[in-house]
Amino acid sequence: MGIGLVQEGGALTVYLKGDIDHHSARSIMLGLDRELVARSPRRLAVDMGEVSFMDSSGLAVVLRGLRRMEEVGGEIALCRVPDQAKKVFAAAGLDKLISIT
Amino acid sequence: MIPILNQATLLFPSKSSNEAFARTTAACFAAQLDPTLDEIGDIKTAVSEAVTNVIVHAYPTDLGVVTLRLRILEGRLFEVMVRDKGVGIADVHRAREPLYTTGDDSRSGMGFTIMESFMDYLRVRSAPGKGTTVTMRKRIAPRPGAGK
Ligand SMILES: Nc1ncnc2c1ncn2[C@@H]1O[C@H](COP(=O)(O)OP(=O)(O)OP(=O)(O)O)[C@@H](O)[C@H]1O
Ligand SMILES: [Mg+2]
Repeated sequence: MGIGLVQEGGALTVYLKGDIDHHSARSIMLGLDRELVARSPRRLAVDMGEVSFMDSSGLAVVLRGLRRMEEVGGEIALCRVPDQAKKVFAAAGLDKLISIT
Repeated sequence: MIPILNQATLLFPSKSSNEAFARTTAACFAAQLDPTLDEIGDIKTAVSEAVTNVIVHAYPTDLGVVTLRLRILEGRLFEVMVRDKGVGIADVHRAREPLYTTGDDSRSGMGFTIMESFMDYLRVRSAPGKGTTVTMRKRIAPRPGAGK
């Protein structure tokens, strides 16, 4: 499990990969927090194209990102979200709070 | 009682590294019903939720034993039971409500809601101080033309 990054001006893209579960979520959350503090982007895109599995532990990671971005008046969007993760977001109603494509 | 066609039971310690082991094992066992990728995803997700709950909530400080019992029941039913002898749940009805959590900010209180929406049946039996048993079932749709 790792997190990759590309920054263009105020827009930061974070690339997540592998399984996002309770076992891996803590380090992803800390990594994301660290980058948001260091880079203070206005727009955060989370690219989930390489995510192989996600459960409710991933919801907390994304909600944390949403809160952090809201605090600074920024935006967050999820892209290339696999079907399995999409279903988890939908079951939790997160698709109504965040753009998920 | 629905006739049991096959079953397997596993015991393992409540280590977070066993979350992936539990959900993939459940999916492998269910494979004999020839599920779609979508159905496999549903099973993996629901099992991950139930096992994570044991690791996070049932045994918050020490390791305990997780029991994972997998069954194939007549009528193309996949059944999974996840049992612990941990702290238990005082009010199961409340625990099953969306957003209810006793966890920290790394939990969002959606586990039971996800289990319920991804499976066809969810039963939670619990006694404070004794432990919790979660049983879930999912009917795997027959696939015309696939296998026998
Ligand atoms: N096996 C268990 N033993 C003891 N308590 C449990 C168990 N499973 C669930 N609970 C209790 O039920 C609550 C709700 O569980 P649920 O899975 O819905 O949400 P969560 O685990 O708190 O958050 P999330 O699953 O979204 O990360 C938990 O916060 C916990 O208090
Ligand atoms: Mg949970």
